Amino acid sequence: MRKIAKISIDATEPARNDVLSMQGIPINKKVSTKTVYLFEKSMRLYRTYAQPRGIFSEISIPAFAALYTGEALNEERTPLDTIFRRADNLALFAVTIGELVIEKIDELFGSNEYALGSMLDSVASAGAEKAADVIEDFFYNLLAKRDKANQSTKILRYSPGYCGWHVSGQKKLFAYLCPEDIGITLLDSFIMKPLKSISGVLVAGKREIHVFEDSYPICRRCENHSCRERIRLIMDKT
Amino acid sequence: MEILNEISRYLQQGDCEKVSLLTRQAIEKVPPKEILDNGLIEGMNVIGERYKAHEIFLPDVLLAAQAMHKGMDVLKPLFLQEGLPTLGKVVIGTVQGDLHDIGKNLVGIMLRGAGFEIIDLGNDVAPEEFVETVQREHASVIGMSALLTTTMLVMKRVIELIKEQGLKDRIKTIVGGAPVSAEFAREIGADAYGYDSAHAVEQVRALIGRRSS
Repeated sequence: MRKIAKISIDATEPARNDVLSMQGIPINKKVSTKTVYLFEKSMRLYRTYAQPRGIFSEISIPAFAALYTGEALNEERTPLDTIFRRADNLALFAVTIGELVIEKIDELFGSNEYALGSMLDSVASAGAEKAADVIEDFFYNLLAKRDKANQSTKILRYSPGYCGWHVSGQKKLFAYLCPEDIGITLLDSFIMKPLKSISGVLVAGKREIHVFEDSYPICRRCENHSCRERIRLIMDKT
Repeated sequence: MEILNEISRYLQQGDCEKVSLLTRQAIEKVPPKEILDNGLIEGMNVIGERYKAHEIFLPDVLLAAQAMHKGMDVLKPLFLQEGLPTLGKVVIGTVQGDLHDIGKNLVGIMLRGAGFEIIDLGNDVAPEEFVETVQREHASVIGMSALLTTTMLVMKRVIELIKEQGLKDRIKTIVGGAPVSAEFAREIGADAYGYDSAHAVEQVRALIGRRSS
């Protein structure tokens, strides 16, 4: 099934902690009233300018295996290469929160309102992640309706440009999914436009398939090891 | 001088109106360069140190930078002939093929706050444009940003162009962005790597210091 999903702005409103952490502020750190004001104002701007949209398309494991090879630029060994082969179901996805927010951010920087522009940028990034969460929920609900998902099912998303999946993998992903139908285009440099867009594969399966040791060759060059937190959350729930 | 201390204090609080007002008052009795150095830049230096020490965070830094900008607006007409005195000129841009500019913008803001003159070429900047601009503007540093592993390779081309034109001694380069690392910077022959905007300011200070020594 391929579906263009309506995503409400409410569903993509990010949590304050998520936005402030993108501004480098540790979680639950007391912040100044000016920072709170910036956050609240940027949230109002987000509600005015965000246009969240999403699309997903189911894909078989063999079809994804062919797509995943991409332009033959992936790292030799990657976590996803093992994970997707153990999945029960896969779907390609893309989400965006639209161009208007980006234009507003540019406008704020252009008029020297740096603090608000930067905060709105963080809200928009966090909003795009929430939009991707919504698509994950769509996929889960679809599978659940078919009795192909239950409490032991975990869906995680993986994107080109991370963990050894070369960013050029966007090319075949776009060819299959056609996110142009929701206004996302791919530039020659494999950047998506609008910038606040996310694409990748949704991998649905037993929780354990997503658990791996970050000891791949690519992991040595990773700056943030965000996989550790994702895996910790999975393990906490098992 | 008390009024300069006040300018610095209100700048640190991000109070644009107060900084603008006090700067206007100060120019009646204090030379503009002194206001710039001991009021505005002094305030931003304190902000920079507190940011590095994790006492304050990005929103506080940017609010202070906005206040500094307001103060500079008052001083600029007074430097009409010779231009605002700066620590040096830096050309910045996001490399060709890349549209991400928030990191580059933040570096530009912090460098201005530290007293550098910035020529911001925007995003999707061709290697030739970096090199032509730095020569035309008599700048001494090129700062490049990239957010993809594909686009960061363009940085190497810029450095090669600098070498081909015999400019390596005169023009220094600093690179940054999410996929960029100190190791990558060394591999491509960059003179410095900035892991965040505050670090980039330190590195540029060191580069310009090295160049003038």
